[in-house]
Amino acid sequence: MLNFLVRRILQMIPTLLGVVLLVFLLFHYFGGDPAEILAGMNASQEQIDSIRQQLGLDLPLWQQVWQFLLKVATFEWGNSWATNESVAKIFQTRLPATLTVMTPILVIEVLLGTLAGLAVAYVRGTLTDKVVMVICTLAMSISFLVYIIFGQYLFAFVLGWFPVQGWSNSMWTNLSVFTPLPVLLAVIVSLGPHTRLYRSFFLDEINQDYVRTARSKGLSEEAVLFRHVLPNALIPILTNVATHLPSIFIGSFLIEVFFSIPGLGREVYTAVNRSDYPVIQAATIYLAALTMVINLLTDVLYQWVDPRVKLK
Amino acid sequence: MSAVLASHRQSNSLWGQVVARFRSDKTGMAALFVVGLFFVLVVSAQFGWVGSDWQAEVGQPFAPPHLVGAQADVKTAQEAQVPVRQLDISDIDPLAPYYDKWQQKASGVAVTQQIKQDTLPWGGDRIGRDVLQKAIKGAQISILVGLTAAVMATLIGTVLGAVGGYFGGAVDDALEWLYNVFNAIPYVLLIFALAAVFKSGPLAKVFSNGIMNVVVILSLVGWTGIYRLVRAEYIKHRSRDYVRAAEAIGASHFSRLFVHILPNVSHVVLVQLSLHVVGFIKAEVILSFLGLGVSIDMVSWGTMLSESQTELILGIWWQFLAATCMMAIFVTAFALFTDALRDALDPKIR
Repeated sequence: MLNFLVRRILQMIPTLLGVVLLVFLLFHYFGGDPAEILAGMNASQEQIDSIRQQLGLDLPLWQQVWQFLLKVATFEWGNSWATNESVAKIFQTRLPATLTVMTPILVIEVLLGTLAGLAVAYVRGTLTDKVVMVICTLAMSISFLVYIIFGQYLFAFVLGWFPVQGWSNSMWTNLSVFTPLPVLLAVIVSLGPHTRLYRSFFLDEINQDYVRTARSKGLSEEAVLFRHVLPNALIPILTNVATHLPSIFIGSFLIEVFFSIPGLGREVYTAVNRSDYPVIQAATIYLAALTMVINLLTDVLYQWVDPRVKLK
Repeated sequence: MSAVLASHRQSNSLWGQVVARFRSDKTGMAALFVVGLFFVLVVSAQFGWVGSDWQAEVGQPFAPPHLVGAQADVKTAQEAQVPVRQLDISDIDPLAPYYDKWQQKASGVAVTQQIKQDTLPWGGDRIGRDVLQKAIKGAQISILVGLTAAVMATLIGTVLGAVGGYFGGAVDDALEWLYNVFNAIPYVLLIFALAAVFKSGPLAKVFSNGIMNVVVILSLVGWTGIYRLVRAEYIKHRSRDYVRAAEAIGASHFSRLFVHILPNVSHVVLVQLSLHVVGFIKAEVILSFLGLGVSIDMVSWGTMLSESQTELILGIWWQFLAATCMMAIFVTAFALFTDALRDALDPKIR
């Protein structure tokens, strides 16, 4: 186990270095000139030169890479180019909002998806199964945007059940007033693909011999489904959740944009529009690192879920 | 089963069987028909036979669809706003002496009063453009972007996967590292980073129309999955007898890679290509909606949805419905087509 962890962490280093290098080179060669972005349209050559010097853009390339690596390692990204707020502070203040919206979405999504998938897999082959699958396919073909635009219009504007958008300083108000509609819409969107996916996970298990054995020894259907099939289907479900987990930190940026939630996703999106490079670079690199850590934790969790899995 | 037997009589070739299997799939054929209709539409729009004058302001602002009929109350409301108490300010108006001169000059210019229609087939947008034309033109842009991006992503993924899987060793290690790097970055962030770079960087001028922009972004983000699958197939195939035989008769590496092995893994490539088209169209719609996609003088389903967000509050639903329905029909048909294609190409999966 320890060997496994050490090896995996060592393997992460080249990948992480690659991510840093990719981001650096991408912005260095293909990005706009930082000095011109910062100085604006009417800057004199002197101003541009002094900014270049401040940012270290006049140094040789390898020194710039080194400085960039230092920034990554020390979390010292300086200030946002657009708002002059420190990048570290932007992350600290925006992350809570993202987590407040995304955690309920993830939890409800997985629970509902599991239940719906299990139910549909149980009645597999029947008309209900086919109808549900057709509805899921149709639901998946409609753009995410349509759900949000129409949901916001119907539930908030016409029916007035929820506020159209907004955010407050109190966690409780946010959870009770401002998050229900975004959570509802995100869950509706995810229900189609999740039901289809989880159904296939359960179908893989439901035809196995151990299910027949469990039935033949007279277990109730609930016991067969929840004590035998469900635990065995946990591995693919866990993988699926793990692949979605990093996205709760960036948040569904569309939801944050539509509902004016001051989260990380919206921050990165506005950073793109403002050419605020430090914010984009920092978000890309740290979330890539986080994704790798989550993938490692998932592999460790596999063993906990399925003792047959041996980590080498 | 009978279809498979029948196909044996007609042709024993691999692709002949695939076609026969696909034909026996009724859903697949229906989906193919719809997809085919859309492609006819795209090609016609490409050559300017339909949808080319989508920018013409042919109707009243927010002209309703024919089926709904002209909205009389809206017009009266507009007219009711017009009469405003006219003040005589000619004493202090510095421009007063010039009005007559301008009037004379203006009367010399021939003006054709375009008749603005009260209703349009599928309604009009905020400046009276025909929504149906926009939806057709938008279909062209969205489908073209999705297809081109999918082809490019498949090309990158297939070539890299083939080279990595076939040669193995250091080449494979390097490509695996590249894959890991790209795969480690959450794709939303990779899209944002690329969009930020293309927006203000030196490439902004090259990608000025926005279409190439989206295509490049999506193909750089989307190649990884295809690479992985193709690489696995090449590892499986590289030491098979037929490849050895090709080597024995002196086939070059290039020939073995792309002439001998590629046709045998082409079913994987084809299904992946097809799967990515749908995903990329959805992504293009979102990017264009956010203003990171096609430029503002173009129309895509995403820009239509973006306009319809404010229209909906005014009770103008036709543009929203047009973009949603066109997209939903195409995406559903294409997804069903992909399913049928996969079944036809690889009957073992079923």
